[in-house]
Amino acid sequence: MTSQLFKQIAPLFLFALVAITTTAQESKTYTEFDIEIKADYRYFFKDGLYDGQHRQYPSLAIEPNYFLEWADGNQSLNFTGFARFDRDDNRTHFDIRELYWQGVKNDWELSLGAKKIFWGVTESAHLVDIVNQTDFVESFDGEQKLGQPMAHLSYASDIGIFDFFAMPYFRKRAFPGQEGRLRTPFLIGKDEIGFEADAEEWHPDFAFRWSNSMGIFDAGVSYFYGTGREPVFELNPESSAFDIYYPLNNQIGIDLQAITGAWLWKWESIYRTNDFQNMFAFAGGFEYTFSNIKSSGLDIGLIGEYLFDNRDELALNGLDNDLFVGSRLAFNDVQSTEFLIGGIFDMDKSSKLFSVEASRRFGNSWKLEIETRLFSNISEKEFLYFMRDDSFMQVRLAKFF
Amino acid sequence: MKILKIILPVLIFLSLAANVEAQPPKDQRGLEVAKKAEKADLGFESTTVNLKMVLRNKNGQVSERLMSNRILELTEDGDKSLIVFNSPRDVKGTATLTFTHKEGADDQWLYLPAIARVKRISSDNKSGPFMGSEFAYEDLSSQEVEKYTYTFLREEKINGLNAAVVERDPVDEKSGYTRQVVWYNQEQGYRLEKIEFYDRKNALLKTLTYHDYKQYEGKHWRAGRMLMVNHQTNKETELLFQDYQFKTGLKDSDFSQNSLKRAK
Repeated sequence: MTSQLFKQIAPLFLFALVAITTTAQESKTYTEFDIEIKADYRYFFKDGLYDGQHRQYPSLAIEPNYFLEWADGNQSLNFTGFARFDRDDNRTHFDIRELYWQGVKNDWELSLGAKKIFWGVTESAHLVDIVNQTDFVESFDGEQKLGQPMAHLSYASDIGIFDFFAMPYFRKRAFPGQEGRLRTPFLIGKDEIGFEADAEEWHPDFAFRWSNSMGIFDAGVSYFYGTGREPVFELNPESSAFDIYYPLNNQIGIDLQAITGAWLWKWESIYRTNDFQNMFAFAGGFEYTFSNIKSSGLDIGLIGEYLFDNRDELALNGLDNDLFVGSRLAFNDVQSTEFLIGGIFDMDKSSKLFSVEASRRFGNSWKLEIETRLFSNISEKEFLYFMRDDSFMQVRLAKFF
Repeated sequence: MKILKIILPVLIFLSLAANVEAQPPKDQRGLEVAKKAEKADLGFESTTVNLKMVLRNKNGQVSERLMSNRILELTEDGDKSLIVFNSPRDVKGTATLTFTHKEGADDQWLYLPAIARVKRISSDNKSGPFMGSEFAYEDLSSQEVEKYTYTFLREEKINGLNAAVVERDPVDEKSGYTRQVVWYNQEQGYRLEKIEFYDRKNALLKTLTYHDYKQYEGKHWRAGRMLMVNHQTNKETELLFQDYQFKTGLKDSDFSQNSLKRAK
């Protein structure tokens, strides 16, 4: 896959290099280079249900960043790499998170290369966020993404920002291997998942988004046509195994946030059609912040979100009729100590998920992060039932060079 | 008792009203000073500057933050500003975009580079500490005249120069202060020399002093160093400014959400 990705990116990279050498001579350049190294230790509270799994996972990740800017800041080259080394062979992986050239002229912006795009407003689910493939082996919350090759044109006008995306190449989702936790009993090889599109990962995908801020409202409307980033699992009645493939999706997404004083009101919804299913999903709720309590600097945020997905049990994330309740604590101290505590409660089934994330800086370039995920009474009807014994705690020490 | 409850506020109101009635010049004069200060600084169009923030606790332990700030001057409404953090390293690339409004809440967005997410955030939290420092968010936001009411207190010498001492009371109830006492330098374009901040209990909380002033473009006075001392915690924060640029050619489009994502 890496070689194919290189085929994709190499011409862009060459183009960027030519652009740099021709224009950089005439103007001042500005560069930044830094590396982040993360040393992780993951501990699972119970033995794995499947052969080959462990309870302890020491792990290491490296993330180099390079940034070059020239032509009065109107052109830039951006690079973020990623490498992880883990006991699970499938979690040991390398990625080009970002490698793109960007040109800016007045209200126009063009980016060519692999890039990361985020859309949406809610905290417990990211429904409208559809451009990048999820780095499924990297994090449980799905917030880590694989770099997506694209041509991205953006126009910031008086009536909002218009974004156009052409994506020539699809990134496959990786699933945990034999020795990995948080997996299904059957192993899912990255190349075993089929495609609806004949061109497979070379099917061109397109996306469009309009977004704008109007007074207290921030709104976005997006449309996507192409290979869905999330594979569908279809139970084969003959073999009673799952057929897994990437469908061709049409998706319309709406995200909306309103702000009234210390209240944030959030709405995300998607309507997706493909040959396999038509689906509707919603996530929405509020976040209220008590700020600077008793002049101590402490902020306490309360978050409540409702999650709905009409696929019911077929929803991979299991968020079909669930309530998320969470609290964010920010001490606003010199070390930026923060906590995010949350629980997801299924309204029909017994399933409950709890999470605690904490972080604190040490000195200028160290950071300690703790992440705990607890699965409680996971219902047999949920996809997550496969991972019912995978409650874990992770301690991460990050150093920035 | 009941009658007292009704009459007392009326009496207080009447006495206040009488007070206001008796001394309109004082209020007027305070507002005039604030307006003169605003007028003296009109026409900078846009500014860019690099900032170093040095935090010191009472044991002398030091922590630093580096950031850059760009400001677009607007006259019909409040200024627009974009702040990018460069240090501490874990927040490098994090940026905030603020549209100040003369009336009502400011609009504010936060960019988180690790997940490439732009978040609209509440500007309600004015009184909280900025990056763990002794500066509150409201101390660093654009100081629009409309955000306070004014009372002229006195004239006195500060650093050997004539100053107008004015009390200003925040209009916004969410402010962490009941009042501020401000020293305007009447001989040097009404630049600020000192501010005393009084907390919600009306006790002296912090003192901000301005140092190493320089005049730019023959008009705009900017301090090279600002020192905020918290009298209640004995902590202090120093703000050092470098590479002030004026009339940089920044446009409205340099303060869009796209610009926020691009900012380094």
